[in-house]
Amino acid sequence: MTPPSVARERILSRLRAAPQIVMTAPAVLTSPAEQSPETMLEQFRRGIEAFHAEVIDARERTWPIVLAEICATKRIATLMLPPVGMVNLQPWLDGPRLSRFDRPIETLKTELFDATNASLTIADGAIADTGTLIQSDPQRMPRTLSLVPPIHICLLDVRHLYPSLQSAVAATRWAEAMPSNLIFITGPSKTADIQQTMAYGAHGPRELVVLLTEDL
Amino acid sequence: MNRPANPPMPINFHANVRRVVANPVLRASFRGAMDFLTAKRATQFPDANAFETLRAQGEQIRQYALSRLPDLLEQLETNLTRNGIQVHWAQTPDEACRLIIDIASRAGGGLVVKGKSMVSEEIELNHALEAAGISALESDMGEYIVQLAGEKPSHIIMPAIHKTKEEIARLFADKVPGVEYTNSVDELIQIGRRVLRDKFRDTRVGLSGVNVAVAETGTLCLVENEGNGRMCTTVPDVHIAITGIEKVVEKLEHVPPLMTLLTRSATGQAITTYFNWISSPRRDGEMDGPKEVHLVLLDNGRSTAYADERLRATLQCIRCGACMNHCPVYARVGGHAYGTTYPGPIGKIVSPHMLGLEATRDLVTASSLCGACGEVCPVKIPIPDLLLQLRQQSQGHSKAPQLPGAGSGHKTLQSIAYRLFAGLYSRPALYRIFGLLATRLRAFSPNQQGAWTRSRVPLRPAGHSLHERMKSRNGAKVK
Repeated sequence: MTPPSVARERILSRLRAAPQIVMTAPAVLTSPAEQSPETMLEQFRRGIEAFHAEVIDARERTWPIVLAEICATKRIATLMLPPVGMVNLQPWLDGPRLSRFDRPIETLKTELFDATNASLTIADGAIADTGTLIQSDPQRMPRTLSLVPPIHICLLDVRHLYPSLQSAVAATRWAEAMPSNLIFITGPSKTADIQQTMAYGAHGPRELVVLLTEDL
Repeated sequence: MNRPANPPMPINFHANVRRVVANPVLRASFRGAMDFLTAKRATQFPDANAFETLRAQGEQIRQYALSRLPDLLEQLETNLTRNGIQVHWAQTPDEACRLIIDIASRAGGGLVVKGKSMVSEEIELNHALEAAGISALESDMGEYIVQLAGEKPSHIIMPAIHKTKEEIARLFADKVPGVEYTNSVDELIQIGRRVLRDKFRDTRVGLSGVNVAVAETGTLCLVENEGNGRMCTTVPDVHIAITGIEKVVEKLEHVPPLMTLLTRSATGQAITTYFNWISSPRRDGEMDGPKEVHLVLLDNGRSTAYADERLRATLQCIRCGACMNHCPVYARVGGHAYGTTYPGPIGKIVSPHMLGLEATRDLVTASSLCGACGEVCPVKIPIPDLLLQLRQQSQGHSKAPQLPGAGSGHKTLQSIAYRLFAGLYSRPALYRIFGLLATRLRAFSPNQQGAWTRSRVPLRPAGHSLHERMKSRNGAKVK
């Protein structure tokens, strides 16, 4: 076996020895025209509902109350919250036992995998045309919090909508400072690997509930 | 898990095909799955003009990236390294396997939990790990099923489409401890979920493929629906990603058009459930994420294809599988008959530079050149043209740079037959004599006509040639 550094040089030199084809860079891709917030919200809702998510509008009410109702309906006994931030929910939620993702996963695995019914996260924004939630800060929102518990409840401030993924890439300037992990979520986990029959809750959450708010 | 007892080889393509075509259950599975996937894709591209615009953009992004491939690979390496992701290069499957075994051994992983990766199939990683005393567990539901059955994927997007749910139900009841027979798809998926969840929680090494890598930011992008990809890349201490050297683009803004083409072409979805952009291992202050991330860049013949300006187009591929979903040959013979990691039209044009033309000489002929694959390809790879070019190389007729095994498809008898054909059809007098003899002596045509009569009635010339019949018809009209 050749040492890895040799493999690198050989591969690159073979590529450099190939005929050069000079091409101009693809034109800067334009985003769709600006849309009204209402149109985008409607698009978002239709998009993510088509992917089996539940969308609940909590704008007219206090969202922790709505959250308490969801916990009651879905019989959520244990709810895990992000490490920091978020109002103190204890006074609102008398049902579920609350915990926080406030230590490294190594010491939290059993609780996260085996003893948590649901998680609550905050989206950093959403994409209208596909109905997609964005989670872009793993420090505030641990990666596995939106993945491991069977029910994922996600708060979305409706003022943070982008028309498309392309426009989100342009507006956020992620390319200048990429988060360690950027996650786009469109619905609960699913698979059609057995005879093209759709089943939800393959490895990630079986249910995704989006709570629309305006006061985060 | 077991290596398939007799894995189908591309060199036995004809025998493999006969086996599949004689199996009505298998044929129904493939037909059903292909109809499902083509119908779903059609709903995503209702406007032909919009599709053409989008795929022209996809083609341009991929061609541009390939035109700068060595530069972009170096840029990708620099940025990944800066982000804390370790980059490794492998010329061959063997080198790639050894790199991965080294990383996994150092991490103390007796088990590697795998997200879906066709490149890991290409390098036969599971067998190499097994030989090194490391178990590999597939976690994509389709791949898990295929691995449990000791088989290989029959489709690059939906690995277990060749199996009915009853077959999967029996497989689970036989192989998963404590499981009763159930043919409820929901229950079957929940069984898989339970088994694999423990593994995600406790395994130290996770492995994944890459759908596209971004040079300017040093980012690995993955699409998936199940969440197993996120599990494998997030929960274990070490994440190893493996990809072919062609999967790089220059800018982050090049990702959205390619990914929308990918998910819509592959499974008819505007987007997948999860879209996962990984740019670094766990950073200070973060509570989860892998502590180490590695990327293995594999050549395995890709630089050979790159050297040929026309074959370079094969490297534009984003692995959506639309070409196989629309291929009349694939729909009938299925993915295993090809005997290659990548089946169907794309497999026929990428396998020759991976395995050489000798091993794959029959694959390039397995096409009616109907052109469906080229029409649906989201990055406009001219698959039928490339098949023709590879046929010429396989016959030893090409002047282009040669792949290993060029000329191996040459058969003397076939060559004589074509020369006779050309001679007859380019000499009118000779052709008339031949036509007269063939029609008048039709009773003497043989009943055994080689491969043709294996499943068809023998060919017999008509009593009168078309020329004769037209002449008598025109004569009748004049009267």
